[in-house]
Parts: sequence; C-alpha cells; structure tokens
Amino acid sequence: MADASASGTSSKRKSLFQTLEVDTRLLGMVGAFVVVCLMFNFLTDGRFLTPRNIFNLTIQTVSVAIMATGMVFVIVTRHIDLSVGSLLATCSAMMAMTQTAILPGLGLDFGSPLIAPLAILVGVATGAVIGAFQGYLIGYLAIPAFIVTLGGLLVWRNVAWYLTNGQTIGPLDETFQLLGGISGTMGETGSWILGVIAVIVAAVAIWGARRARIAHEFPVKPIWAEFALMIVAAVLILGLVATLNAYEVPERVLARQFEAQGLTVPEGYTQGYGVPYSVLLLIAVAVVMTVVARKTRLGRYIFATGGNPDAAELSGINTRMLTVKVFAIMGVLCALAALVASARLSFHSNDIGTLDELRVIAAAVIGGTALAGGMGTIYGAILGALIMQSLQSGMAMVGVDAPFQNIVVGGVLVLAVLVDIVYRKRTGAK
Amino acid sequence: MVDRSGTPLVEMRDISVSFGGIKAVDHVSIDLFPGEVVGLLGHNGAGKSTLIKCLSGAYRQDTGDIFVNGEKANIENPRDARDYNIETIYQTLALADNLDAASNLFLGRELTTGLGFVNDAAMEAETRKIMGRLNPNFRKFASPVSALSGGQRQSVAIARAVYFEAKILVMDEPTAALGPQETQMVAELIQELKKDGLGIFLIDHDVHQVKRLCDRAAVMKNGELVGIVDVDDVSTDDLLAMIIAGKKPEHLAA
Ligand SMILES: Nc1ncnc2c1ncn2[C@@H]1O[C@H](COP(=O)(O)OP(=O)(O)OP(=O)(O)O)[C@@H](O)[C@H]1O
Ligand SMILES: [Mg+2]
Repeated sequence: MADASASGTSSKRKSLFQTLEVDTRLLGMVGAFVVVCLMFNFLTDGRFLTPRNIFNLTIQTVSVAIMATGMVFVIVTRHIDLSVGSLLATCSAMMAMTQTAILPGLGLDFGSPLIAPLAILVGVATGAVIGAFQGYLIGYLAIPAFIVTLGGLLVWRNVAWYLTNGQTIGPLDETFQLLGGISGTMGETGSWILGVIAVIVAAVAIWGARRARIAHEFPVKPIWAEFALMIVAAVLILGLVATLNAYEVPERVLARQFEAQGLTVPEGYTQGYGVPYSVLLLIAVAVVMTVVARKTRLGRYIFATGGNPDAAELSGINTRMLTVKVFAIMGVLCALAALVASARLSFHSNDIGTLDELRVIAAAVIGGTALAGGMGTIYGAILGALIMQSLQSGMAMVGVDAPFQNIVVGGVLVLAVLVDIVYRKRTGAK
Repeated sequence: MVDRSGTPLVEMRDISVSFGGIKAVDHVSIDLFPGEVVGLLGHNGAGKSTLIKCLSGAYRQDTGDIFVNGEKANIENPRDARDYNIETIYQTLALADNLDAASNLFLGRELTTGLGFVNDAAMEAETRKIMGRLNPNFRKFASPVSALSGGQRQSVAIARAVYFEAKILVMDEPTAALGPQETQMVAELIQELKKDGLGIFLIDHDVHQVKRLCDRAAVMKNGELVGIVDVDDVSTDDLLAMIIAGKKPEHLAA
C-alpha cells in the first residue's frame, strides 16, 4: 500500500503540454474546433472567419449552450432530458403571451420597462416548476428519466401550441429583444472593459490555483508556464472582443439611429457591435454553473451521486430531492434559452426549439460528459455546442444540402464519443 | 471487563428482514454496551450485513425495534442514523469513485467557508491528519478514489467512519482488503476507540481476530441468531463449530 509517487511527477522528460498541465482532453476539443474553422474558412474562401460570421456563430450558439450546461448536471447524475426543446417552447410561449396579452390586459402599456423583466420572471418560474415536476416524477416516483422526458417532449411542445393557439406571437417587447443577439450589444468600449476584466479574473484564477496547490503540497508547474497560460488566456479573450468589435454596424442602421435622435452620421464614423448581451448571459450562466459544480455542496452531491448513487444515499444525501433540483435547474436554463431564442427571432413561433434536445445532448456529450455518469464539465459542454454550431453553419455556408448536414452532424456525434472512448483507454482514465 | 449493568448503548430487539421470500434476518436480538466490541460471525449470506444495515439506516426492518441509550430510535435513513451518532463502514465501502479522498470523507458533511462554499483546503488538511494516523503511507490526496488500491480505499472508508466522533461504530469486514501492517493499525484503532467508550459492531470472518479484538461474539446462521457468547468462554474451535454447525458449544448450552 506504500505509494510514495504523487501523480506523475516521476517521469523526467515531459512534453510541453504536460509541463503546461493543460487538460489534453480540452486541448483535443479546441484542436477539433480550430480544424473545423480552418477547413470551412478554406472552403468558403475566407468567408467563415470574418468578424460578421464569428459574431453570428456566437449568437447562434448561445441558446443551445445555455441548456447544455444544465444537461451536464442531468447526465452526470445518470439521467437524460429529452424534453428541453419542448420545454423551451412552453417557456417561450409563456413569455410571449405574458408580454403581448396578459400584461397589457392588466393595464401595462406596450413599451413599459416592466414588461420584459416580468415576462422573464414568468418564463423562468414556468421552467423551474415544470423541471421540478419532471424531477419529482423521476426522483420520487422512480419513473425513468428517459420515459418522463420523452413524454415531456410531446406534452410541452403541444402545451406551447395551446398557449398560443398555434399562432406566431410577435413582435416581442423591445427591451426583451435586447437579449436576442444583434439587437442588443455592449458596444466597443463596454466590450473592451469586459475583456480587460475577464483577463484580470483569468490571471487571478490561474495564480490562485497555483497558490492553492502549493499550500496543499501538490506539484506545481514552472512559473513561466503559468505566465504562458495567462498570456494564452488574455490573447483568446481580447482576440474575441476585438473580433466582435470589428463587426461594424451597417451604415444604414447607423443612419437610422442618428436620425431617431435628429442627427446625421458624421463623416467617416463607424461603430462596432461588440459583445452581445446574450453572450454576456451565457458567460454569466457558465460562471454560475461552474461555481455550483465545483464549489457548492449541491455540485459535490451531483457528482457523488453520478459516481455512485448508493454511496451518495448511504452518506446521507437526499438523492431524490437532488434529482428534483437538477431538473429544476435544467428547467430554468430552458427558460433562459427560450428568452434568447425568441428574442433573436423577435417573435415566438410554434416550432421554436424543435430538435434542440438532440443538439443539447450532443453538445454535452461532445464536450466530454460521460453518459455513465459522474463526469463532465461546463466549459466542455459550451465548447461542444460551439463545435456543433460551427459544423452546421459552416456546411450551410458551403452549400451542403440540409439532409446531408444532418447526416454529418449525426456522424460526428458518434465519432466524437468513439474518440473519447479511445482517448480514455489510452490515458487510463475511467 | 466491560460493565454490562447499565442501559445498553444499542439494543436491537427481535429484528426481522425479508427480501421477497428469503428471510435474511429472522427474529434476531442483540445488544451492545459502551466500550464494548461485539463481533458478528456467520457464513456468507448469514444475514450479518443485513442486520447491521437496519442500524445504519440503509434498510428498514420488517419487524422489531431498535433502542439507543434505552430510548426507542426511529431510523429510517442514513441521515437518521448519523443523528444518533452511528457511523458505518460498509462492506461495499460506499465510496464515490470519481471523487478524491477528502470529498469522500466529508461527503454529506462538507466543511464550508463563511460564504457557504465547500472548503476543499480545510477538508484536505483534515483528511491528511486522520490518514496520517490510519495509514501513514497514504499519499494520493489529489486522485479520485477509483485510482486507489483496495486497501487504500478501505482506509478512506474507515477514516470517514471514525472522523466524526461516532458513539456507535459499525464495521462490516473493515480489514478484508488490508495488509498486515494496516490491519494491525485498525486493531489498535479499535482498542483506542473502545477506551473512549464507543460501542463497536465488528463483522469479521476471521475467528482469531474476533477472539482477539472482541468482548462478545454473536454468531448467525441462515438469518437466525445461533447465540451470543463471551469470547473468553470459548475457543476458536467452539466459534467455528457455532458458525458451521449452528449450535452453541455444550459447556455453554443452557
Ligand atoms: N438487497 C437484497 N435483495 C435481495 N436479497 C438480499 C439483499 N441483500 C441481501 N440479500 C440476501 O439476504 C441474505 C443475507 O445477506 P447478507 O448480505 O446480510 O449476508 P452476510 O452475512 O453479510 O454475508 P457475507 O459474509 O457474504 O457478507 C442473503 O441470502 C442475500 O442473498
Ligand atoms: Mg456481508
């Protein structure tokens, strides 16, 4: 039982990546993403990696990515949620009806600043209640999640239909639409400030992790490696901000904006869009979910239950209630995704979120969430969503037929899992 | 000598558990006094684990009552058992393989920071302390327990049970996977805990170990209690005979 060697410090020659101690799995995903981007950029003669397309890519990814973070928790606890697309539709319908019919009926005028927050509140509550209800059926009544949410897939899609009588509801409230993507961005200055804050946070986090490891007597990487990581993080963050800022508001839109204030556009004036509010929301969700996963009891219990449900139960964890909480979180995230998705369209439509359950599950799985439970990361799921969306939009830009696009996406999903299995066998990870 | 004149720490009265048609535990009564170690012996499938799982809250008995300090205890789940200061080392160890030693040790009872976040640093420091006592060779604090050897895993499970200052300790084959040195440390630990006035149920297949560590031995066969004997009154052969033949030795038979 003697075991003096602390995790892998003994090997003398280390590769660069080992020295940097970056997660090779993450590296693989980033690598795949870069390859996809470069390939499409080549096939589209450079149209794929333009600021405009990158901007669109990010705002198209947000809705699925938000839900994928919740799906990580669901899959980690050895469940599945097939109802997220339909739940998104019900939440979207509730929010649309609240702002166009119910609140105006209660005497709130169109354009009132209260409409958007109230509508969002109703949507989030709807998601939480429906999610918790499904969680109750799964946790307390022991109906398999697959069945409950398969039923939910049909039920909530059609509840949404009844809520709106099958009509398209719109246009949605102006403030509400700010979270749709292009209709609400932070502008260049705001985006730079955000970028700088993010860089500082990343640097502090990297440094804090190092100090924690020293305090715990775990081996640390050389100082230069820490700084290299900080620089990589800074370049990535600021590069993204610069790219989003480089996408300029078209002249006619600018002209309209200035006209509305009784002004004319000055000669040579340009304005970049910057970071969309919806992306800001995704970042917030990602941060909160990561903190929950790593730093709270709830997160600890989610992973423990996924790793060994019996052990969790014997340790006094109320695994039934945990299931309710996990599905309630999933419901809330569906509501936020519904907010982004309907705001982007500027209306609620019946088919909103159709097939999203598959995209969301695929994103989580491509992002390294193990269906056997107990393993998964929030950032992985977001990256998975980004990879899926890049594939889809890239193929659309190249002019691949829609049916063939789906064939490729399906194939990639299976391939990604196969690669993951092989990778885990090689590295000996479970 | 253990003083058995007061109220027992634990009294399990007339406990029965069946799974479908199988009577896993059949009207068994057993008690445990402070500072006492009671060994539970019996063939595989005799019902030992099932019996003590009623005390741990993992199972609910079909009939019978459990008394802790003379008062009737209503133990419906593992949380209730913890509230009665009952800690258990399960035969299956009950570890979450994907988490590290510290997370497992504190599972369900995490130390938190002022803001309510889990305090990994403090939990790890505590884990290092207790593991230093139990298994000084243990170094793998950063790896998930799936990467540990069977004995190392068992050490983590033992550490978890003794860390929280239990009054009643249930150990289901705690040394099954341990090497000789580690087994010796557990034996010393049991003596130490005994001195502190804990009551310990020890399930073990090794009759020599039971004779060495325990004050009394209870033998089960096919779910029924064969008898409870003072270990000083019997030889290891007597114990073996009880386990195999299911009869009390003649010089003790009433
Ligand atoms: N969850 C269960 N479902 C059905 N039968 C069970 C269950 N748990 C135990 N049993 C049965 O109850 C009986 C007693 O099992 P138990 O685990 O208590 O034995 P044990 O004395 O601990 O044996 P061992 O020495 O092998 O650990 C066995 O016949 C077993 O098959
Ligand atoms: Mg057993």
